[in-house]
Amino acid sequence: MILLETTKLTRAYGGVIAVSQVDFQVREGLITGLIGPNGAGKTTLFNNMTGLDTPTSGKVHFNGTDITRHHAHTICRMGIARTFQNIRLFKELSVLENVMVGLHFTTGKSPTKGRVAAVVRSYLKAKQEYDLMHEQAMRWLEFFKLDGFADELAKNLPYGHQRELEIARALATEPKILFLDEPAAGMNPLETDSLMKTIRRIRDLGITVVLIEHDMKLVMNICDTITVLNYGQNIAQGTPAEIRHNPKVIEAYLGKEEA
Amino acid sequence: MLNFILLILIYTGIYALMAVGQNLITGYVGLLSLTQAGFFAIGSYATAILSVTYGWNFWMTLPVAAILAGFFGFLIGLPTLRLKGDYLAIATLGFGEIVRNILNNWDKLTNGPMGIQRIPMISIFGMRVSPYAKWGFLILVWVFVVIAYLLFERLARSRIGRALEAIREDEIAASSMGINATRYKVWAFVFGAMIAGIAGSLQAVFILSVTPGVFTFMVSIMVLCMVVLGGMGNFKAVVLGAFLIQFVSYFPQLVGLSNVIPPQFKQVLFGLILVVMMIWRPQGILGREQRSAPGRLFKKGGRS
Amino acid sequence: MGSSAEFFQHLMNGLTLGGIYALIALGYTMVYGILKFINFAHGDILMVGSYIGLFIFDAIRGQSLGPWTIIAFFIAMLGGMIFSAGLGMAIERIAYKPLRKATRLAPLLSAIGVSFILSNMAAWMWGTKSRKLEYPFDNSPLYIGEVSITPHQILILIVVIVMMISLKLFVDRSRIGKAMRATSLDQDTAKLMGIKADRIIAITFAIGSALAATAGFLIALEIKVYPSMGTMTGLKAFVAAVVGGIGNISGAMVGGILLGLLETFGVALLGIPYGLRDTIAFVALIIILLVKPEGLLGKVEKEKV
Repeated sequence: MILLETTKLTRAYGGVIAVSQVDFQVREGLITGLIGPNGAGKTTLFNNMTGLDTPTSGKVHFNGTDITRHHAHTICRMGIARTFQNIRLFKELSVLENVMVGLHFTTGKSPTKGRVAAVVRSYLKAKQEYDLMHEQAMRWLEFFKLDGFADELAKNLPYGHQRELEIARALATEPKILFLDEPAAGMNPLETDSLMKTIRRIRDLGITVVLIEHDMKLVMNICDTITVLNYGQNIAQGTPAEIRHNPKVIEAYLGKEEA
Repeated sequence: MLNFILLILIYTGIYALMAVGQNLITGYVGLLSLTQAGFFAIGSYATAILSVTYGWNFWMTLPVAAILAGFFGFLIGLPTLRLKGDYLAIATLGFGEIVRNILNNWDKLTNGPMGIQRIPMISIFGMRVSPYAKWGFLILVWVFVVIAYLLFERLARSRIGRALEAIREDEIAASSMGINATRYKVWAFVFGAMIAGIAGSLQAVFILSVTPGVFTFMVSIMVLCMVVLGGMGNFKAVVLGAFLIQFVSYFPQLVGLSNVIPPQFKQVLFGLILVVMMIWRPQGILGREQRSAPGRLFKKGGRS
Repeated sequence: MGSSAEFFQHLMNGLTLGGIYALIALGYTMVYGILKFINFAHGDILMVGSYIGLFIFDAIRGQSLGPWTIIAFFIAMLGGMIFSAGLGMAIERIAYKPLRKATRLAPLLSAIGVSFILSNMAAWMWGTKSRKLEYPFDNSPLYIGEVSITPHQILILIVVIVMMISLKLFVDRSRIGKAMRATSLDQDTAKLMGIKADRIIAITFAIGSALAATAGFLIALEIKVYPSMGTMTGLKAFVAAVVGGIGNISGAMVGGILLGLLETFGVALLGIPYGLRDTIAFVALIIILLVKPEGLLGKVEKEKV
């Protein structure tokens, strides 16, 4: 089943067209890779699907709902979470608190009452709510073996752990889809291996994963399906094996062979 | 002498209320608002006008003062807070000037530069709290401070406070975590305004008169200094800051040197405090608060 | 007076006022363009420059100079400009430069502090009483048809036009100007290209402060010189910079003129009471932030994610 889909999505900045008429589908339960040379429009596409940027034209549908002009916070609440290419943690907050922010509306929200009631309730029952959130946040930290760093400030974590914390924070929002923007950037092969395992474990939780990545070993290894962007256009999609042998993709990465 | 110290403590309390509000806006959300004086004035005039012209009881004017200040906070906050925080500083700076302008010129309502005199004293259960008997008034003001402190502290430790800090640290990441950043910023600003309105209301029944000349830009700067000096993001610290700034402010009179030390001296000092603290100790005297669960004021093994 | 004559009269008044705003707005916008922060002390630098100019003018003008008075006036203006330029650079060096890597809030708070120090030091040293700057010429109005124009207004227009054209040429054509534009686009890359970003920032502060001093000295003839003269004028000039598009030099010019016209016509034609004239600028600010937050000539700036 297609969980998320863009139709003819275009984003232009003045005269520069970053993403052009892209049709992109994410199937439920799979790990989808989004690859392409630098400047191909991958992050722009991510931003347009997660509400941080608005398409010039085209549509984004999630679970059948049109979310094209929704705000980032509403999109997150509907079940789309993300990480960022250049890690955006809450640096001066502790590791634990970073994850607790991710729990902001999942644990905090009251299932039946309205918004105001939820705020009042969380104010009056702050202690219980804190304990509950603390427990859940710790569970996510344990998932990443970060529980030992819980009280550390996020900015003091080693780089690899910062990437993991960002994923933990995103997972805390209980997403249906998780977008990862270059999760392996700057990691050594060992860390990348462990990241691959983590991504599979996330998939096994029933979460659909979409990732932008330049590390071909990782992409070819874990993705069920891959979409390739070049100059803002969708030039190919298919299984890793198909993509590997697609002449258009080879051309995009290696340039045209001289005749 | 004792009377004078009591006076300083009463003003510390009134200003501590404003500083608590400023701390929520500046210390937690990281926004520069420069108009606690404007909301202070609105609260003061609301109480003065309602009680003198319309004969209302102080306790009825108090919520009106808070709501009116909050309403104006909403009006300035909504257009500016959708955007980058920088514009809030300018809009609030302008707002403070406009408020004073209007108080000076709207003779019918505010009696212009002369202000409003003979504000009736507060009474609690038929007992009058006269500002001349300073102990009573001191206790009254500090009851307000303690309540405000507890309420705001709890707010800061709840998930709402954490959301505000997340917005300060990275607004884009916060909104990607499902937090409606604009709404939280506007509400923080409104709450900060409301408590300044309450402080204004108390000031009116302490001085028993209001004049536009009291609500200058210096008031806003003093409140800002209290937060910066004590420590942004720490409610205890800003109350300490309120005391220190009030003490400095009255120091010349306290030691009988008010003839020797020119009035601009302390103002230059306030300016210096802002610059020097930013360069050498941006976290303030006490620093940001070690956060812990709400309801538990002290927790072992906090962050280092 | 015919209605078209009346219109031209207000147009004239609006243009001179707007020119002043534009000169001041340039300083805000140039600094914002490079450092992305509001220099709250800008209006106070204007005030100090005006005082220095006034002192120099009074000192030279001790004896009657006859027609040479106008030369003395320009020397005094130049003195004020130079002093302000130095003051602007010193403030940047002491109070802002150590905070380049700090949080966004830190330089703003520091700037507020500097502004407060300057205005109160001035009140302390020079008193709060406003001082009159004598006209260096006979300021009785000239008439073009029914429209009156004072020599003071002519002076303002000439100075503003000369300053704007030279600034525009400087920024567009000169090496330093190009370096300024490069620094404002991307400080780190500019540094890699061998541009001394610190020096460029200092020069930006110097130019902005000198322009503010010029504006201050020009209006001092009409509104006198006093310690808080920079506050309101500075605020409104900032609004002008935002209306035009903050960070954009042409935008500051357009925004300034527009605000000047808006205030003049607002009072004259729309019947806004004179006491609320200062409010016009802030209503304009709120409206522009709601409708076109990037300003008339500004570019939409999206934070890169």
